[in-house]
Amino acid sequence: MKITIKDVEYVAKLARLSLTIDEKNKFAGQLNAILEHMDELNKLDTEGIPPTSHAVVMENVFRDDKVEKSDVIDGIISNAPEKEDRFFKVKKVIE
Amino acid sequence: MDLNNLTAREITEKIKKREISAKETVEHFLKKIEKLDGKIHSFNSVFAQKSLKKAAEIDEKIKKKETVGILAGLPIAIKDNMCIKGEKTTCSSKILENYIAPYNATVIEKLEKEGAIFIGKTNMDEFAMGSSTENSAFHTTKNPWDLERIPGGSSGGSAACVVANMSTVSLGSDTGGSIRQPASLCGCVGLKPTYGRVSRYGLVAFASSLDQIGPLAKTVKDASLILQVISGYDEKDSTSIKIPVENYISEIEKDIKGLTIGLPKEYFIDGMDREVEKAVYNSVKIFEKLGAKIKEISLPHTKYAVSVYYIIAPSEASANLARYDGVKYGFRAPSDSLIEMYEKTRALGFGIEVKRRIMLGTYALSSGYYDAYYLKAQKVRTLIKNDFDAAFKNVDIILTPTTPSPAFKIGEKTSDPLQMYLSDIFTISCNLTGVCGISIPCGFSSENLPLGLQLLGKPFDEKTILRAGHNFQKETDYHKRFPEI
Repeated sequence: MKITIKDVEYVAKLARLSLTIDEKNKFAGQLNAILEHMDELNKLDTEGIPPTSHAVVMENVFRDDKVEKSDVIDGIISNAPEKEDRFFKVKKVIE
Repeated sequence: MDLNNLTAREITEKIKKREISAKETVEHFLKKIEKLDGKIHSFNSVFAQKSLKKAAEIDEKIKKKETVGILAGLPIAIKDNMCIKGEKTTCSSKILENYIAPYNATVIEKLEKEGAIFIGKTNMDEFAMGSSTENSAFHTTKNPWDLERIPGGSSGGSAACVVANMSTVSLGSDTGGSIRQPASLCGCVGLKPTYGRVSRYGLVAFASSLDQIGPLAKTVKDASLILQVISGYDEKDSTSIKIPVENYISEIEKDIKGLTIGLPKEYFIDGMDREVEKAVYNSVKIFEKLGAKIKEISLPHTKYAVSVYYIIAPSEASANLARYDGVKYGFRAPSDSLIEMYEKTRALGFGIEVKRRIMLGTYALSSGYYDAYYLKAQKVRTLIKNDFDAAFKNVDIILTPTTPSPAFKIGEKTSDPLQMYLSDIFTISCNLTGVCGISIPCGFSSENLPLGLQLLGKPFDEKTILRAGHNFQKETDYHKRFPEI
């Protein structure tokens, strides 16, 4: 087994997901099965092969930094679970 | 007038000639939705009042002989991961259940400008992760041909509503087959354009290097019409490409004499469904009859596509979905600290498949595993891309089955995620390599379930797969059969 419950807990922490004990057990088993299947990739020699991160080769895309009017601010803020004026409100970060 | 079996082209012509009004058209489809969607569950929301109002405006313009767009009065259903200003965009997820889009996606702007009417938003697998719509947080869409079967996914609602005649055309999104696979399993046409052909602005991101928006329709001709409208460079999407949009509507009318079609031997394997195989080979004969040349080719790295995809897509997803933390998008779980708020909101807001993929992606990107999984997958992605580049030097298009089997039963594959992932084998490479692909109905199984063939084209050569598909549909009538619901 590649992935232990401890690994699942570590990854869940990185992903900011709290998981139930059932989910942890399930994921440990399923991720093992999936990763085992993916080990087939190791049969391929990829020495010297460049990675493809995007199907279309692209340079950085630049545009002029100009000020434009935007009418979406109210719409964005109105989706906030908690807000104050034009700000998203969260629990205190720094004590 | 019976609008049931009319195509989008026929409907818009009749509206322009005032043989029928836009209002009557919208009323017809709203009635169909009311009658059928309780059984099919295609829609997450239906915009009855808004679409009727819009239709009245278009009728008024036509009456006054004002110019209207090429889609004037045409109802269209939109997958619920594209933003329509002022409407919910849920991605069939609890975490976005009450999220109201503050702006329009570029495809929505373009369709609206041509007079299309948004009739509703369609069900999908949560965040487009899935092949059956069983991962929707709200409901599972049923296959109109057999209500006990899945419609495919993730754009299952968009495919089912077209086949059940609740909308003539719809938009879906395709990250690993999410337009083509449901089109194949429901018996309609589904097009994934080349990566960069259609702006992704306003499409909720799943895997940004793979996602692409495209149309589902009854005919290739209608899919061409919609592609014509939604294509083009958009400065709001820096990955959309500045290549002129061709005239698909006229290009598809040309014949296919001399066109070279490649059959990749890796897609015709032992143990594949006999009926799928038979239907696809039968279609090959039709293409031959139409003057195409058939050539066997090889795409040797095909079998690795599923592994590559299920490393790359979840990795990108784990980054894209980090933004759903309880701060900005409506849903927040009550908690005592900030970290707890993140963890609980995500635990309660995401479904099991989304969590599984976030876990898989986070693992593949985590320190110590990045090289072994993510980087390795990107290198094999290059090998798969090289296969296609080499093949397209010798053939104009590539023909394959869209799916290894017809629609499976609801619940059949939910307990084994790997089996579910493996069912995407034929559609995934198209996204990894960024080429274009279309699924077209090509037969029925002995259980009367639709079967589909897939045509893959060179990057930005949508016109050729559309032309081949349109010629095929002139010779066949699979797309003219509809389920009795």
